[in-house]
Amino acid sequence: MPTTGPLTPEEAEITVPEPTPERAAPVGRRVVLGMFGLGAVGILFGAKAQDLLERTVSPLLSRDGTGLSSLLPVGRFRIYTVTGDLPSRSEADYRLGVDGMVDNPTVLTADDLRAMAPTRLNKDFQCVTGWRVHDVSWVGVRLADVLDRAGVQTGAGGVRFHSFDGVYTETLTLEQARRDDVIVAYELEGKPVSAAHGGPVRLYVAPMYGYKSCKWLERIEVTGPHPKVGYWEYRGYSTDAWIGRSNGRDDRPV
Amino acid sequence: MTALSEPGAPDAVVGLVGPTRRLPRFDRAERALHWANAALFGLLLATAALLYVGQLAALVGRRDLVRQVHVVSGLLLPVPLILALIGPWRRGVMADLRAFNRFDRDDIRWLRSRGRDRSVRLHKFNPGQKLNAAFVAGSIGLMLATGSIMFWFRPFPLAWRTGATFVHDWTAIAIALVVAGHIWMAVADSDSLRSMVRGWVPAWWAESHRPRWYTEITGLPAVDADDEQPESR
Repeated sequence: MPTTGPLTPEEAEITVPEPTPERAAPVGRRVVLGMFGLGAVGILFGAKAQDLLERTVSPLLSRDGTGLSSLLPVGRFRIYTVTGDLPSRSEADYRLGVDGMVDNPTVLTADDLRAMAPTRLNKDFQCVTGWRVHDVSWVGVRLADVLDRAGVQTGAGGVRFHSFDGVYTETLTLEQARRDDVIVAYELEGKPVSAAHGGPVRLYVAPMYGYKSCKWLERIEVTGPHPKVGYWEYRGYSTDAWIGRSNGRDDRPV
Repeated sequence: MTALSEPGAPDAVVGLVGPTRRLPRFDRAERALHWANAALFGLLLATAALLYVGQLAALVGRRDLVRQVHVVSGLLLPVPLILALIGPWRRGVMADLRAFNRFDRDDIRWLRSRGRDRSVRLHKFNPGQKLNAAFVAGSIGLMLATGSIMFWFRPFPLAWRTGATFVHDWTAIAIALVVAGHIWMAVADSDSLRSMVRGWVPAWWAESHRPRWYTEITGLPAVDADDEQPESR
């Protein structure tokens, strides 16, 4: 009976000294399928890998003097701005207005804020896009103290924040704004808040996703119970942006 | 001198004699596919850098606009390949895809020696180019899939969204490195690079760098001076 099956390696050696391209291995297809396989594994288990990296690698990266590691997607702030350039204002020129439904509309300088009782928070910063920076140290003034200084009128129920980038706004309910872990921050990681991080003064709303922590804070407006929604809320984000309980996410609360 | 192809002719013609002999390497569809792909990858890498590298993001801002450009060019990514494969011009592209896929014994030897084995006789593409093509194809699929999960996130569990971001981030870094390597090598071999612009290579280049491809399209034996001399470094 004649052999019709594929040639054995020995036969191939005799009859076809050099393998023709048609007989060669489909390495290209294997590379593509291998990438798809790895990608699928990455989608399913990448969250765990990311978490592990954040815990193990980011302490090491923080000691990297070259700054190159800041290009790796591990444990770092990503700078988001919604306008064309980085808003910047010196601490000397900085003014924070508090107005709206208050008894005494007030304008505070950076020095005024520094003269008030400081609050220190060591808490994570969680972005709604998924990245988280662990154990960030913040220094600032409780928002509640700033509001009390201007005297909130009865009937007020909300607070609206305006950024000096001229575009960005955020809101909180008065109840949320009075929490102890909501501060008007002027120090980040032991240094004055830089322009990239929203300085000289920004909001830090610890229990909520980062978009609530309005950068380049210029004006605090006390409003009625339902202030007009802020920049990202207008684009579909949750208004009550509790970490782990909004935006369809279940991150560990801060 | 009887060069069969004239300088400046729109498409290369096989010329068999004379110092200006030219061999067609990439037809118009192949070149159009390459450069359309290159333009999209360039746009995607540039907008990715603006979204991702803090200093650049701080410099340019306009996050919403940059994000939209990134998403649109990402969704366009498979279009050049699909167009190249459905039109009447698809023959050359399909032959290239088949060539990219297959690694013969010489290719494996070339890879093992990291391209230094001078006795290897290559076809149209070297195995590095084949791997690059496979990587590009794989990354188009990966980035499209993970990017879609990130953009249309609502139906997906959170862990998948984080996982997709994880894959998207690290694949992007790999793409940036591979593209940089690809450009580096192209610039180092200007005859090869120019063939992606004008379509042809000088025959001597093919004879020396791609002897089996040279023989295949000219029917002539490739006599490479390097082969006849003892190994010298």
